[in-house]
Amino acid sequence: MSEKKATRNAYGEALVELGKINDKIVVLDADLAPSVMTNGFAKEFPDRYFNTGIAEANMVDMSAGLSTMGYIPFCSTFAIFGAGRVYEMVRNSVAYPQFNVKLGMTHAGITVGEDGSSHQSIEDIALMRVIPNMTVIVPCDANEAKKATFAAAEMNGPVYLRFARPSSFVFEEDMPFEIGKANVLRDGDDGVIFACGLMVKPAVDAADALKEQGKNISVVNIHTIKPLDTETILKYATRCKKVLTIEEHSVIGGLGDAVASTIIGHGDFTFRKLGVQDLFGQSGTPNQLLEVYGISDAQILEAAKEMF
Amino acid sequence: MDIKELKEVCRQVRIDIINEVTEAASGHPGGSLSAVEMLVALYFKVMNIDPKDPHKADRDRFVLSKGHAAPGLYAVLAERGYFDKEELHTLRKLGSRLQGHPDPRKLPGIDAATGSLGQGISIAVGMALGAKLSGNGAKVYTMVGDGEMQEGMVWEAAMAAANYKLDNFTVFVDNNGLQISGKNDDVMSLGNIHAKYEAFGFDVIEVEDGNDIEQVLAAIAVPFTPGKPKCIIAHTVKGKGVSFMENSVGWHGTAPKEDQRQAALKELEG
Repeated sequence: MSEKKATRNAYGEALVELGKINDKIVVLDADLAPSVMTNGFAKEFPDRYFNTGIAEANMVDMSAGLSTMGYIPFCSTFAIFGAGRVYEMVRNSVAYPQFNVKLGMTHAGITVGEDGSSHQSIEDIALMRVIPNMTVIVPCDANEAKKATFAAAEMNGPVYLRFARPSSFVFEEDMPFEIGKANVLRDGDDGVIFACGLMVKPAVDAADALKEQGKNISVVNIHTIKPLDTETILKYATRCKKVLTIEEHSVIGGLGDAVASTIIGHGDFTFRKLGVQDLFGQSGTPNQLLEVYGISDAQILEAAKEMF
Repeated sequence: MDIKELKEVCRQVRIDIINEVTEAASGHPGGSLSAVEMLVALYFKVMNIDPKDPHKADRDRFVLSKGHAAPGLYAVLAERGYFDKEELHTLRKLGSRLQGHPDPRKLPGIDAATGSLGQGISIAVGMALGAKLSGNGAKVYTMVGDGEMQEGMVWEAAMAAANYKLDNFTVFVDNNGLQISGKNDDVMSLGNIHAKYEAFGFDVIEVEDGNDIEQVLAAIAVPFTPGKPKCIIAHTVKGKGVSFMENSVGWHGTAPKEDQRQAALKELEG
């Protein structure tokens, strides 16, 4: 049994490591340090940590200002606020002038669980990927979350990092991480699954289960939603013909739509998007909610069997 | 530069504003004209800046939170030598560096993308915090419109400025009393602006006539109380300098026609 760890925890650890090697890293949150995992950095580097109070808009624009003074601000809150509440600050004050601000947003998707719909962001990928200049990354596990955080610090420009709340599976293999370069985790010709975030693991499991039935299914981890690795997507879609996308996000405007608009016009495909339908979330355990919204492990396997 | 010369710059900036906005056939003359003395005081007398090295690290920063007054800021930057005055003719035109609202990626001398009200003051707070953190000694100035203060975010920023003890940070309030659809008090009363900033932890200085550059300079010269940000409430006249624009709400976002330009220039050129 592999170790389990939340992507948000890996983010917090990465911030501490980054803080040690780069004194330009500053961290801001809107009074959620123990949740967004900025508390490690706060303890280690109190002079470079700012709890800006329950005022997310000001946090984002303060980050914009700090970036113009040569700092690399990572600002964090829940994704619902960090992509939704402050959308226009992100668009106008950060992305438009291409400021070097990193938006490390946690508690994305429905696996937030019991807090319910008000805290479940199922629109953030769509909101962020439509903004010019924005890089959008959805790590699949703790290791990738850490690598993504480092990569975000190394590149110049705004980055949206999407992290999840619950402990989740950590892949044992050491996967490369390059922004904009998708990772092929399974390679076969009978169909392809494009997945991101916590949906990558059940996608791999479904492919492995189908392998026992003689079907070779490709699984591609699209950790970077923008810039999208259209080359890899087109290569696998045209080779496999049957395309399934899975995301813990609305089926409107997220990974599925990004893949669909990439492959449209490039051949005849069987195509299906799995994700949250056009619905708000609700309270429940993460596993209950994944099932209610049709993206539990079993439902993903079922969909893959049906399709391939 | 002495007061007489500064006043002459103000007059020239007003002429530039009228020409810019007329030629663009759109833009915001009223709130540009009310802000002139504050902008000229900062760029010609107060700030540590170098138009030939607009990105020098320890420069003082100015963020025009009321970004729609861009024609005023552009005129001041051009007069100060950041770019050729000829470029003022391109305001709001396709391909121009003089966008409808300020764009730091395009124009030297601009450090933040503003125009969406309430955001510039918050960016400026981040700059002032960064200046403190780096110890580079930069001072940060921002200007908000009075109507802009209806945006709740302005008060998030004010709270933060006091919380972080930003005694390198000055907010100018261009208090001309008008906004796009009427008097502030008839739209959404701002109540006691002085008391509000004071309650948020600022030292507040009122400038009786914010269109008198000597009074503006005197307010800027008031030293900071250690650990406290400063707010300068400048009582100004919207449309200042052009009689038919003064205190007239209709000139918030309307460009003069050619005959109106000539009438305005006649007044300004004397």
